Amino acid sequence: MNANATSVTWTAIGPLTDIPRQGARCVKNGAMTIAIFRTSDDRVFALEDKCPHKNGPLSQGIVHDGCVTCPLHNWVISLETGSAQGADEGQTATFPIKLEGGTVFLGL
Amino acid sequence: MSKQRLVIIGNGMAPGRMLEHLFDLTDAYEVTIFNAEPRVNYDRIMLSPVLSGEKSYADIIIHGEGWYEEHGITLHKGEKVVTIDRVERKVTSDKGTVVSYDKLVIATGSNPFIIPVPGHTLPGVLAYRDLDDTEGMIAASAKGGHAVVIGGGLLGLEAAAGLKMRGMDVTVLHLMPSLMERQLDEAAGYLLQKELEGRGIKVKCRANTKAILGTDKVEGVELEDGTVLPADLVVMAVGIRPNAGIAKDAGLEVNRGIVTDATMKTSDPDIYSVGECTEVGGMVYGLVAPLYDMAKIAAHALAGEATAGFKHQETPTKLKVTGVSLYSVGDFGEGEGREDIVLRDAARGSYKRVILQDNKIIGVVLYGDVADGGWYNEMLKAGKDVSEMRETLIFGQAHQGGGSFDPVAAAAALPDDAEICGCNGICKGTIVQAINDKGLSSLSEVRTHTKASASCGTCANSVENLIKAVLGDAFQQKAEGMCGCTPLGHGEVRRVIKAKELKSIPAVMQELEWSTPEGCAKCRPALNYYLISDWPGEYEDHQQSRFINERVHANIQKDGTYSVVPRMFGGLTTVEELRAIADVAEKYEIPTIKVTGGQRIDLLGVKKEDLLDVWSDLGDAGMISGAAYSKGLRTVKTCVGKEWCRFGTQDSTGLGVKLEKLLWGSWSPAKLKLAVTGCPRNCAESTCKDIGIICVDSGYQIVYGGAAGLHIQGTTELGTVKTEEEVLEVVGALTQMYREQGFYLERIYKWADRVGYDHIKSVILDNLEERRAYYERFLFSQKFAQVDPWAEFVSGKHAHEFHPMADLKLEAAE
Repeated sequence: MNANATSVTWTAIGPLTDIPRQGARCVKNGAMTIAIFRTSDDRVFALEDKCPHKNGPLSQGIVHDGCVTCPLHNWVISLETGSAQGADEGQTATFPIKLEGGTVFLGL
Repeated sequence: MSKQRLVIIGNGMAPGRMLEHLFDLTDAYEVTIFNAEPRVNYDRIMLSPVLSGEKSYADIIIHGEGWYEEHGITLHKGEKVVTIDRVERKVTSDKGTVVSYDKLVIATGSNPFIIPVPGHTLPGVLAYRDLDDTEGMIAASAKGGHAVVIGGGLLGLEAAAGLKMRGMDVTVLHLMPSLMERQLDEAAGYLLQKELEGRGIKVKCRANTKAILGTDKVEGVELEDGTVLPADLVVMAVGIRPNAGIAKDAGLEVNRGIVTDATMKTSDPDIYSVGECTEVGGMVYGLVAPLYDMAKIAAHALAGEATAGFKHQETPTKLKVTGVSLYSVGDFGEGEGREDIVLRDAARGSYKRVILQDNKIIGVVLYGDVADGGWYNEMLKAGKDVSEMRETLIFGQAHQGGGSFDPVAAAAALPDDAEICGCNGICKGTIVQAINDKGLSSLSEVRTHTKASASCGTCANSVENLIKAVLGDAFQQKAEGMCGCTPLGHGEVRRVIKAKELKSIPAVMQELEWSTPEGCAKCRPALNYYLISDWPGEYEDHQQSRFINERVHANIQKDGTYSVVPRMFGGLTTVEELRAIADVAEKYEIPTIKVTGGQRIDLLGVKKEDLLDVWSDLGDAGMISGAAYSKGLRTVKTCVGKEWCRFGTQDSTGLGVKLEKLLWGSWSPAKLKLAVTGCPRNCAESTCKDIGIICVDSGYQIVYGGAAGLHIQGTTELGTVKTEEEVLEVVGALTQMYREQGFYLERIYKWADRVGYDHIKSVILDNLEERRAYYERFLFSQKFAQVDPWAEFVSGKHAHEFHPMADLKLEAAE
């Protein structure tokens, strides 16, 4: 959601290898939880850990083809845009990510 | 009184069925069977699925070795009777065995007819009649190449489809102008031909075989018109002839088959005949229903019970080729005074024809849409006057008014606010609007857009009827694959995983041409299960393809917290366990503690970060995961049994504990819940469980296939055994058979409904060898499965699951 903002603050959150491929880990940011996903081809995405449907924890879902399926009611959310796929409508907040030397940086 | 000696020549489906009836009626006979084939009784009708690879020989055994033992039958396998001495009343086999009889049953079946063209004896020319032929074809197909099937009838087409599925290049030669002309009219024959050609099978009708070419083995087939087709395998499936030679030699009356009266008695009052070798009422038969009728009648005659006698009935024909639906019964030739009603739908490739005479149905041919076959056949058999419904007859049962219920019309009549999907609270109006606004036309589309039937799925039929009511003829019923990533169904996927020895999820996706790179949340857990089940010890569980509950071994709740259930074997617990649970609940401020239906204690509202510590504390008190989340063994519920109860007949609690110790940790297609109850009063509710044990004075009755959730169904009895050891072995074997054959998320009752309770019984209860093999495979698999996941996690495996990788506010403060 802040991808184009001018004042992005980058914070190192840990090594890429801490996140399982086709899996996710969480980052706490006060009251908000951000899910950091790693795909099978090592792309990394950050989404708020809340499904637009009923706030299900997306970090617990199954990751496939650039999307994650929410564990509560099977909504499929795009990792890149945060948008619900298929017939469902809704969007989750996304955050910019960069990778430098094996370390993952989250932009806030 | 000493027993009478009953000798049976032949060990096919008809005499097998006859003996089942006979043993129900009397134990007056001591039975000896001669089987020219070196094996037990198997289901010949299922040879086609064996050929296509959809089933194995083990799957089609009707009577295992155990059945023969149980009934004290002497079975001479691989021995053919060569003479019948009717004066001395004894038979002699080709190995010199001589057995005397009081009653004799001839069930020699039929022989395939081999066209005596030049070259018909070359190696590579096979008939399609028994397991040896089937195995011969499977072996030949392994080398690939060209197969020519001579005969476009039922057997020939099943052989062709099977060989094609095994990768051969297949041509069917048929003498007549259209396929299956005895069961289908030309129009349906054409649709069938088109379907087979669509699958890459070449079909040549009006093809008259002149010679089979080759020197030391088959190389080709030459037709009368001069065409030469290359062939590495030739299958002759042009018909069968009753095998009545031995009866003829013995001087019995033989016409086309062995002639019997309506009680299946031959011209010798001590000799009966059943099966395809028999001619009764001037007819010989090749389909199973009339053969089973003969079996029943002969059993009654042998037992001295009255029977109504054999009566000719029209038998419907179905083709066992996956994906082809056709149904035909009765007479459909042209004739004086006959009327046809025909309905065609080219787009759907369906064809329906009903033939009437004197306002009664005398024949039916259905292709594509065969749902009403049974309904038409009932009316045909009953000789029902159909003049009242003549206008709507062809549309099928659903379109009849009056007594019969029309689910589509009923769906159309519902008010807009009628709830269709209870799980997701979707009303009729919502679904109808989505269909109209978004142009939806299939169940899966409606499910995606409205979520109707997306949860439990029991309303899928209602949703489908609603779509039909809205769209009418435009509704298209699509065969649905296991998910959007593949058109293949679960059965096909499971088959290929075994056949091609695929041992990883990417391998399955590659070999089966998945349309998505990584699958989806539907197929990945299914594939992960199939691989775990098929390759124990080899396949490494893929955590990221598991649903979250199985990944963290706890149940996710609607607020993202978890519930934790420790295992209490057989529902027994101790002071120490209860104290540990109380301590954990207090320490981690677990808000809700509940007793479950499976006799366990559920701790609800555990935060994910606390899971590891909760497990660790419970583990210190000796408890392991209760797997209340798993598609696997959940609980074995028990009553107190004879230790305390004044009615108890056995130690049901102890047996429950033993069963749970045996089964815990195993993964299965869907959850598996058991119960052991100490007497037929059934306090532990065994009769609605996946598997239940009911203790009785004389042993243990094993029942299975119950359901008491969305669907309610009582269990079916598997059988009764005498010892606890047998209970463990039978339950282990049954579980393993279900594990190997079930579709992901298919409960044991659905699997059993699909494959047949009789079949499962014949494998698990009657066939000691098979039972033992399944049990051994189960024990092997358990070596790798019985690892407490909590202990594993506490020791550091998958630690990443439970803690945030960073806490930004904390870092900022530091």
